[in-house]
Amino acid sequence: MSRLAVRKTYKLYIGGAFPRSESGRSYAVTSSKGDFLANASRASRKDVRDAVVAARKAFPGWSGATAYNRGQILYRIAEMLEGRRAQFAEELGGGKRSALEAVDAAVDRLVWYAGWSDKIASVHGTANPVAGPYFNLSSPEPTGVVGVIAPADPLLGLVSVVAPVIVTGNTCVVVAAEGAPLPSITLAEVLATSDLPGGVVNVLTGHQRELAPWLAAHMDVNGLDLTGVDDTELALSCEQAAAENLKRVLRPAAEDWRAAPGLGRMTRFLETKTVWHPMGV
Amino acid sequence: MPYRSGLELSHLVGDAVEVSTLTSSLADVASSGATLRAFLHGLPGIDRVGADQRAATLGTRSIKTSAKEMAIDLAISMVDLTTLEGADTHGKVRAMCTKAQHPGEGAPRVAAVCVYPDLVAVAAEAVRGSGVKVASVATAFPSGRSSLEVKVSDTALAVAAGADEIDMVIDRGAFLSGDYLKVYEEIVAVKAACGEAHLKVILETGELSTYDNVRRASWLAMLAGADFIKTSTGKVSPAATPPVTMIMLEAVRDFRDQTGRQVGVKPAGGIRTTKDAIKNLVLVNETAGGDWLSPDWFRLGASSLLNDLLMQRQKLATGRYAGPDYFTLD
Repeated sequence: MSRLAVRKTYKLYIGGAFPRSESGRSYAVTSSKGDFLANASRASRKDVRDAVVAARKAFPGWSGATAYNRGQILYRIAEMLEGRRAQFAEELGGGKRSALEAVDAAVDRLVWYAGWSDKIASVHGTANPVAGPYFNLSSPEPTGVVGVIAPADPLLGLVSVVAPVIVTGNTCVVVAAEGAPLPSITLAEVLATSDLPGGVVNVLTGHQRELAPWLAAHMDVNGLDLTGVDDTELALSCEQAAAENLKRVLRPAAEDWRAAPGLGRMTRFLETKTVWHPMGV
Repeated sequence: MPYRSGLELSHLVGDAVEVSTLTSSLADVASSGATLRAFLHGLPGIDRVGADQRAATLGTRSIKTSAKEMAIDLAISMVDLTTLEGADTHGKVRAMCTKAQHPGEGAPRVAAVCVYPDLVAVAAEAVRGSGVKVASVATAFPSGRSSLEVKVSDTALAVAAGADEIDMVIDRGAFLSGDYLKVYEEIVAVKAACGEAHLKVILETGELSTYDNVRRASWLAMLAGADFIKTSTGKVSPAATPPVTMIMLEAVRDFRDQTGRQVGVKPAGGIRTTKDAIKNLVLVNETAGGDWLSPDWFRLGASSLLNDLLMQRQKLATGRYAGPDYFTLD
């Protein structure tokens, strides 16, 4: 006797929970060969709003956690991802070997960023010589809630844009790749079981063209990563909307996700806080 | 309307008292503890499940676009902007008064500010001439546990300092133990001490335990001369839940049908979002009627609600979601 198939329902990831879209909509996701894979939730602007509220709520706790603790949690995400290696490889499709390589690269990317959590302040901060009896120190601080439009590479690309944002203490709202959203929700399951506080990463699936402008214009979002936006007109209008409250913007650019990432993605979403300490006599 | 028919005189008082006309019956109701008790316990009972469901159904109304704009502005004009904390300072009260007069670009001013009696003078000075009223809690707020002399002089202090409205608390202990006459007489005494000032009577519904008690307390306060009945102090949870507000709105509607006198309603505590505020407005319109949709007859006791109303207002005006960074902290 054959078993009844238990199919997975792909939902959103907001505030540590997996709700359906407020709008009740969904869209069909197909493989590169055009075969039907599953229905994904099609998020609406109200899901964007709810996700930003969740991200803002999570910000004080996450940015207030010690850098060491944030590093541990990122490492934990890498561990959990490693444990689901086969599942991700299957979901990514394509050749089995290249899929496994992509998963391994994503795990390595997480470990790499995890190591940076307690080092970025030493590398990016400075002790400034000043003409007075003071220690003058500049240290990097997270900017706040960052909206991320994820690139088309469904796992390595996604991990490579989310990890640098959260490792420094930001929280984020991610709009997953429109054509291949399923691994992003499976990654959300990894995040949900990695001691990452709910709301630090929120994942929305749906139409980029519909969601990105709302995220770009939202006055409670402090940074915007447009990496995944291919349409130059959309990118331009998002940048203009983002200027309204001076969001920090990362412009879309072609990236080689296998190459060494550098510090740019982390430092783009950092503020610099400079403090003066009396030195004593 | 089953409630209305249930409130016909013979049902209300039964054989307990001889009455000739409606008005004289209500005047005689408080002549003794026994008649008051007979009257209040003769009020029709409330089906808790039905009331919850009715309030929940009204909460699902969808108010959008231009109707939402109007609702938001109406709600702002109904807000009693409140600060009732031990840490209140003159500076904080003055800042709140400024916000009450100028909540935001194009937004109407709020109805009143609500403070403790010792800060009434500061608030009255700050809002003078603006049309914003000064409300003060009094009578050993929030517990109401003191002697009548203290409660009356607390009220007199606030009125002398310039309060336009007094929010008093009822003695819940006396009410729950069935001593309705004591509660009634206290309200009458405080009303006398108010003079020209309007009296809002706080029932503290979160401590009354049943919806029947909410209805009885509402009628008791209105019989004793309340100008407004208010749900809660904001210090007890649950505070202003939709079914409780609905029951009080039914009470003021029925009271006006019986006596011709209109009494206002003020839900307070736990109303934090624009959605909550609009649900309240729907309750008013569907329960008491459009006559109550004015700051003279319906108020929203709140502090953080105002910022949410202003953010929603800005969202409608600019088309982008607003952020709390651009509104004052309070």
